[in-house]
Amino acid sequence: MKALTLSRLLWICGSLLAVLFVVVVVALKVGAVPISIADLALNLGRVILGRASQVPSEYRFVVFDLRLPRIFLAMLVGGALSVSGTSFQALLRNPLADPYVLGVSSGGAVGAIAGLIFAPQIPLVAPLAAFLGAIATIAAVYFLGRRKGQLDSTTLLLAGIISASFLSAVISFLVTTLAGQNLRGIVFWLMGDLSTPLPDALHWVLLAGLIVGVGAIYTTAADLNVITAGEREAIHLGVDVTRVKLVVYVSASLLTGLAVSVSGAIGYVGLLVPHAMRMLFGSDYRVLIPSSLIGGAIALVAADTLARTVMKPTELPVGAVTAILGAPFFIYLLRRRLP
Amino acid sequence: MSTPNIPMVGTPSQSGGQPTGEPVRLSVEQASYAYHTKGNTAPMFTLAATSFEARQREIVSILGPNASGKSTLLKLIAGSLEPLSGRVELEGFEISRLNPRTRAQRIAMVHQESPLLFPTRAGEYVLQGRHPYSRMMRFETQNDIQIAENALAQVGATHLRDRWMHEISGGEKQRVILARALAQQPILLLLDEPTLHLDIGAQVELLERLRQLALENRYTVIVVTHELSLAAEFADQVVLMHNGKCLRVGTPAEVYRRDLLEQVFEAPLDVDIGPEGRPRVHIRGTKTGRPAPILMQDKLF
Repeated sequence: MKALTLSRLLWICGSLLAVLFVVVVVALKVGAVPISIADLALNLGRVILGRASQVPSEYRFVVFDLRLPRIFLAMLVGGALSVSGTSFQALLRNPLADPYVLGVSSGGAVGAIAGLIFAPQIPLVAPLAAFLGAIATIAAVYFLGRRKGQLDSTTLLLAGIISASFLSAVISFLVTTLAGQNLRGIVFWLMGDLSTPLPDALHWVLLAGLIVGVGAIYTTAADLNVITAGEREAIHLGVDVTRVKLVVYVSASLLTGLAVSVSGAIGYVGLLVPHAMRMLFGSDYRVLIPSSLIGGAIALVAADTLARTVMKPTELPVGAVTAILGAPFFIYLLRRRLP
Repeated sequence: MSTPNIPMVGTPSQSGGQPTGEPVRLSVEQASYAYHTKGNTAPMFTLAATSFEARQREIVSILGPNASGKSTLLKLIAGSLEPLSGRVELEGFEISRLNPRTRAQRIAMVHQESPLLFPTRAGEYVLQGRHPYSRMMRFETQNDIQIAENALAQVGATHLRDRWMHEISGGEKQRVILARALAQQPILLLLDEPTLHLDIGAQVELLERLRQLALENRYTVIVVTHELSLAAEFADQVVLMHNGKCLRVGTPAEVYRRDLLEQVFEAPLDVDIGPEGRPRVHIRGTKTGRPAPILMQDKLF
């Protein structure tokens, strides 16, 4: 019998990290100003060796000030969305769950925009309000998605889609009536966008939130395996189902809220990546959570690189790229589930 | 409905191969329960005080028609419900007070299969039975794997180990689910309508396996069922339920009285005693081949 071992887990994560490294190198290299790998290695070496002053200033600007922070942001957001997608799938017993499809991303966006409009003076108001928006939305969708006390997978998806469209309307209302300044920026952000540079401090808040959220979910990984095999049975296998669901619910909402507050509603990453990881490495949540984390980073860095380069010098919002790839995949999964 | 003449339950009486010499393991003492839809309203369903005892190596069948209180009684025994009054104890410990992990190390439940969210191999499924023994992040040990392999072997399902759960037949799936329960290494094995989706061959196979497991692994086995003939065939003790009340507790020969069963199951039945002293139940037919009407009798409960 094959059981999961630590070495198998490390091997999987190691290979994914190697892929991530390659994708990051490519992402650093391509763009409006192409950079050769030799130059990249040379200048990265200079930074690592503490001779940053020797890096030519145009390199420093393009690679270190523009591309690297954006790649870092894409990794964080991609990882957060993938892990929250895979968590919602277990929590709601629905393989099609994804923060975007369920309207959780839109809920987070409403929170973030409302926060920025009504209380811009509070530090970190966008991520905080996005978290609250996300957690309220998933609670609403959860209760709307029940029929006769049971979660019904079709009703749940419809509830999510309707919440998403309702919340998008709320966003349009808030944006057109209240946010006079910077309209285009907000519209771009709504479609999912990584091009707006963030203050450095926010990167660290994001990283800390990601570690806390993913870490908390990972402590429930073995329980999630049992829960996905049947909630009723899980109780008889010693799982505290209520506690596990609460931990996962809060943490996944936190991850979605963080991602949305910095990048807008980037769709389908939380759907595509966990399914790809399941196909590659199986459904064990002890593997699925770390592999989705790294896989999500890979996917979003790759998607953002495409968004920067396919129409260069014009940039697409990354959400458009993920939706073009993700929506057909969603249809495929939906069709495959039908008898 | 009046309830005269219900024998109170003490030690199970002698007959068949009943393990009377074994120590008492499960004791249900005057346990009752009530479901409410909302607070302060009349309960929707009540389970009247019920008592019985089950010993090591004993198979007890909780028998009754739909909505008779069988499942509620099973939930009290599983510890997922706390009795409103009375006590449900496993080796002297009140079951609903045990923490979930400890409980899962002692009591295993076999439900009717519920749908899996993601494709799972039979072997991985059985390994989940080791969950109550694992620490938060710990990986399965060689010992866990060995126990899971043995559990599969005990139900004759070693060949299913690498098959997908959604690709195997109903009978095979039931065996794998049973193997997961065995991997919990419980002392009390609970089964909720285990024969519901099985054909007659698989039903007999499952019940023979339960008898063997009770003997070899010293389990106490509680089976909830509405299958009269099967319960007669394998149970050491029968707890007959009707409308939320426990009507009789005893050996099949003691409980299977025609007039009683006809009223409980609302069907014309014949009961005779088979060669091994176990009762056999038939639908009582008329000469036209149709079931005969239920004979009018005094109300027994």
